[in-house]
Amino acid sequence: MTTVTEAPAPPGGATGVRPVGAPVDRVDGREKTTGAARYSAEYPYPDLAHAALVPATIARGRVTRIDTDEAAAVTGVLAVLTHLNAPKLKPARRPTPFDLSGAVSGTPVDYLGTDEVHWDGQPVAVVVAESLEAARHAARLVRVGYEESPATVDFAAELDHAEPDKGNPVQPGRTVKGDAPAALAAAAVSVDLRFRTPPYNHNALEPHSTTAVWDGDRLTVHEGTQHIGWLRKHLANRFGVPADGVRVVSTYVGGAFGGKFRVWAGTLLAALSARAVGRPVRLMLTREEVYRTVGGRTPSVQRVALGARPDGTLTAIVHTAITRTGRSGGDVEPVTGVTRHQYACDNILAEQKRARLDVLPNTTMRAPGESIGTFALESAVDELAVRLGLDPIEVRMRNDPEVGPVDGKKFSHRRVREAYAAGAERFGWDRRDPRPGSMRDGRWLVGMGVATAYHPALMMGAQVTVRLSAGGSVLVRCGFHEFGNGASTAQTQIAAQALGVPVEAVTVEYGSSDQPVGPMGGGSIQTASVAADLLAACEKVRREVLDLAGRSPDSPLRGCAPGDVEARDGGLFRVGRPGAGETYAVILGRAGRGEVEAAVGTGSRLAGVAGQARSFGRALRGLRGFGRAATGAQFCEVRVDSDTGEVRVTRWTGVFDIGTVVNPKLAGSQLRGGIVMGLGMALGEETLVDPRTGRIMNPSLAEYHIPVHADVPRIDVHVLDDPDPTMPLGVVGAGEVGITGVAAAVANAVRHATGRRLTELPITLDQLL
Amino acid sequence: MAEVRIRVNGATATLDIEPQVSLLDALREHLGLTGAKKGCAQGACGACTVLADGERIVSCLALAVQYEGREITTVEGLADGERLHPLQKAFIAHDGLQCGYCTPGQLCSAIGMLAEHRAGAPSAVTEQPPGLPEAPSGPPPVLSEAEIRERMSGNLCRCGAYNGIVAAIQEVAATDAEMTR
Amino acid sequence: MRPFTYVRAGDVAEAVREAARPGAKFLGGGTNLVDLMREDIERPSTLVDITRLPLAEVTEPPGGGLRIGALVRNSHLAAHPLVRARYPVLSQALLSGASAQLRNMATVGGNLLQRTRCLYFYDGAAACNKREPGSGCDAIGGFNRYHAVLGTSESCIATHPSDMAVALAALDAVVEVTGEGGTRRISLGDFHRLPEGTPHLETTLRPGELVTAVELPELPVAARSRYRKVRDRASYAFALVSVAAALEVRDGAVGAVRLALGGVAAKPWRAHEAERVLLGGPATEEAFRQAADAELAAATGRPDNTFKIELARRTVVATLRQLAAEAGTA
Repeated sequence: MTTVTEAPAPPGGATGVRPVGAPVDRVDGREKTTGAARYSAEYPYPDLAHAALVPATIARGRVTRIDTDEAAAVTGVLAVLTHLNAPKLKPARRPTPFDLSGAVSGTPVDYLGTDEVHWDGQPVAVVVAESLEAARHAARLVRVGYEESPATVDFAAELDHAEPDKGNPVQPGRTVKGDAPAALAAAAVSVDLRFRTPPYNHNALEPHSTTAVWDGDRLTVHEGTQHIGWLRKHLANRFGVPADGVRVVSTYVGGAFGGKFRVWAGTLLAALSARAVGRPVRLMLTREEVYRTVGGRTPSVQRVALGARPDGTLTAIVHTAITRTGRSGGDVEPVTGVTRHQYACDNILAEQKRARLDVLPNTTMRAPGESIGTFALESAVDELAVRLGLDPIEVRMRNDPEVGPVDGKKFSHRRVREAYAAGAERFGWDRRDPRPGSMRDGRWLVGMGVATAYHPALMMGAQVTVRLSAGGSVLVRCGFHEFGNGASTAQTQIAAQALGVPVEAVTVEYGSSDQPVGPMGGGSIQTASVAADLLAACEKVRREVLDLAGRSPDSPLRGCAPGDVEARDGGLFRVGRPGAGETYAVILGRAGRGEVEAAVGTGSRLAGVAGQARSFGRALRGLRGFGRAATGAQFCEVRVDSDTGEVRVTRWTGVFDIGTVVNPKLAGSQLRGGIVMGLGMALGEETLVDPRTGRIMNPSLAEYHIPVHADVPRIDVHVLDDPDPTMPLGVVGAGEVGITGVAAAVANAVRHATGRRLTELPITLDQLL
Repeated sequence: MAEVRIRVNGATATLDIEPQVSLLDALREHLGLTGAKKGCAQGACGACTVLADGERIVSCLALAVQYEGREITTVEGLADGERLHPLQKAFIAHDGLQCGYCTPGQLCSAIGMLAEHRAGAPSAVTEQPPGLPEAPSGPPPVLSEAEIRERMSGNLCRCGAYNGIVAAIQEVAATDAEMTR
Repeated sequence: MRPFTYVRAGDVAEAVREAARPGAKFLGGGTNLVDLMREDIERPSTLVDITRLPLAEVTEPPGGGLRIGALVRNSHLAAHPLVRARYPVLSQALLSGASAQLRNMATVGGNLLQRTRCLYFYDGAAACNKREPGSGCDAIGGFNRYHAVLGTSESCIATHPSDMAVALAALDAVVEVTGEGGTRRISLGDFHRLPEGTPHLETTLRPGELVTAVELPELPVAARSRYRKVRDRASYAFALVSVAAALEVRDGAVGAVRLALGGVAAKPWRAHEAERVLLGGPATEEAFRQAADAELAAATGRPDNTFKIELARRTVVATLRQLAAEAGTA
């Protein structure tokens, strides 16, 4: 077992230590701490113009009048683009197995190609000007007249009209095993709770920003994205230009969390504006525009009902959820998905419904489904434990499944028991007096709660090239995504290990369409997906090097099969025979080769399509076979002010199984980051959508409360570091599991502190007075 | 248009700007110093924090004209050539950053904060009624984790790198205390 | 932001003269004004920069008390040794507001003139009588969790967001202002207005008048004072409810008391009624509750903010209880 510590490591990692598993410092740490790192809005271009959006102020209807004279008269304004004069875009394509890129379209709404308004905040005009100040000022001067149509915007009022979700092979809309309602009615002990979670916004600290530059039909876009390849294709499709002429640069991304997976108005309108004015254009959304034009997480209403025997064995699980999508796009968030995997039970009913509203389409946000689904499920399990008079960990252990509760699949490995055992010890769970309200510290009521973390593990394909130079340096190229996840550092370590070179010898080029296409940076899939193909490419390199060595009668490697040698100390050596081998410099030098290069998944255009299909195939294959997931146990201590009801989280322990840990320092940061976002969900965050108008009323970091320093205690994170035998290097993604279970652990701790079961997020003091 | 001279990272910068240009936009768009970040332009996130005559401020709510003649330090001015400031090193070592977008603001803020602390300035934690967990008892303020968190709460980090940031600051503050003892 | 003329004032007289231009506004720390200009809510045609005026001193007048220049930064005032020793409630209130960066910029005068954080005031697409007189109030039927429960009207239920001003209200502060008509002094209780039918009129300042100083009287009870701010985040959030209190207990009875509430009204709410109930009576939990009840008897809640009445009651009691306990141990 490995404990994630804060101990500083030598920059670039110590030599002599195996790179995978070492707490290597972030490879881009220097750039990010000196201000040298350039984000999308920070690329200078001569003649750069600035764009600003004009968002609609009605939820549904048509633009009947748009007066741009005053805006156009502002000094420095180059163009005011509206549906009356903007160049037309081609419609977004639907995703197909051979071209999934359409999946990144946030909405089919044709911005500036239509007078229709589909949500409050939809851009109806863009102002382009010489200066940022002129663009912003002029955008306020565009006068828009509307003809309003009746709009459905109140989620709470639409619950009765929600329709069943048809689902898809990955996310069934309805899961039935046994007869859960009957088992629930017959259960000796039961709970039946309704939960409510509000809409959330990602609030990556970098607002969505695009710098777009046209050169004829060639387009360069600087943009923080979670899918370079699909963004490129999508832009090519929408602008009707060849994809190879579209260059996407996304080296530094100032946070994403799912919010930069899809393509929203800002990206398209920046590129459209640049085309219209014939100059490079930058559009950095204001924080308000991010809220109004980039989808967030759906609100949900959930019911979880559990039936159990007196010993705690579950006999019935019912989990139903209603979420919303926009009428003009968005997907059903798979809230009940976790319930198919978490507890052994003969009778399970999981069901999803959706309400379609005239609001900005929802989108993916960190652990879509599990983050809010675990709030309901894990709160209900806790309440059941209270009714049973059993320890909440004991109830979970009693029902920990041997195989997938619904699909019957074997787990590739499952370490929830070990996570709870380790967590209980680290956290001091035995000091918990189970009686509600029994633990006090002065005026503070103290509570302790737990919840299980769960996020499925998936893989997709990547295209990777690896070049080994005679000098021993390694260049890895793959257009994957680095938005703070530590991907660039992790892949550096993996390549170093696979080729037996120091971490310092490896350079990884990533983050743009100049490199071979990477997988999406989302769904916790990226590290394993890139690793699989990176390892394959390194293996090809090793084989070719071995082949070169074998051609020489002088080589100690002559006659060796690939399985007989290992890469270490800057060369290939016979397994178990120190010194019996050669460095890459010797082998390549003798062969007269400057370098050896290998590619996986790359090549012709046809290979690109094949790569897409291969990637899709890998993802689908992953769903067969084994049940794979990252899991964990979250332990929370809260203090509740007995006078005011203020809730403060004062201690946290999270123990996680994320397979092999490539870099404990960075993985620890990812997991902590998930927990911190979970604390925001639990205690502060809520996007306020006015039910009268459908307008977001708190589009600001002052009024949407993400956690600040003072809200976050020291978070003890511990990883089991137990390789998943079915994943490359044993790696399971760590980006999302951290947020799951957090809100439930907080709610359960509040229940313990106060005796009150709170089922609506965020948990605010008004609910506790 | 007005000509405005501001000292930035030790050099005099002359700007020809309208009065509505913020100090942040002056740095980013006119001087090419993109280290200070724009996260909200509402004074709500701290990503644009710079030092004005050694005091931390949010440059998004500062009009550049108002800072004429003042000495501004941005993240680009922290390192001594290739040699990183101790706080920059500590941020890297403790992984007090992820996406990096809040990092320049956190760094400038922490430097300003340490100076405030050295000067004996209290915080809400220093002055808080006793009874809260971790509340130390009155001045002189001990730079506990709770003190650092309160004093740094004007710098949001959505990646949640708070623990690493606090650890990095605490390490540098300890060295600071050693040196001034 | 709309274009404007920028003028830097060299002295108070020049500032007042420049401010006589139509559409002129004073620019202090800018932390609220610049934000509102960017939101197109404030639209000054001229900004008179007053930050270089010699109004950044804290001095002790011969008659006692403290005189605080209008341009003293919030952070400097909070750290001032005399404030910390004699008026701890003020230091605490300042330190509980905003962030360190904003406190380094914000001035005492500007803090008094902060405008509300009402979501509908901030949204140009919403109806707001404060922003656009006569347009209506979308907050009354909308999100009003942060809104007022005391002194509201059918025109407006916004709150004043300042923490500092709540402490000043409890401390009997006086605001010194200078205009073309000369210098005058306004007690803090009379400085801010309740909305009634004219919520756009927020203070009793006359057009062009400049806040030049805030004076605190000598007030022995203030040495035993506390500011308690209740909010959603542990830091960097506006108050749901706050209490500024000073209490002197003599032989178990309340010898002197000052009490003000924040987050409950369009102005910092001096709790005169509660003070009247408390003075001379026993310093007991029961008496504190009765005093709070008396003050809050006139409070009316909306669906989202009714909880504030109970929260204010509890916070008043808790703060007084703590001050009484500290008096007992001193």
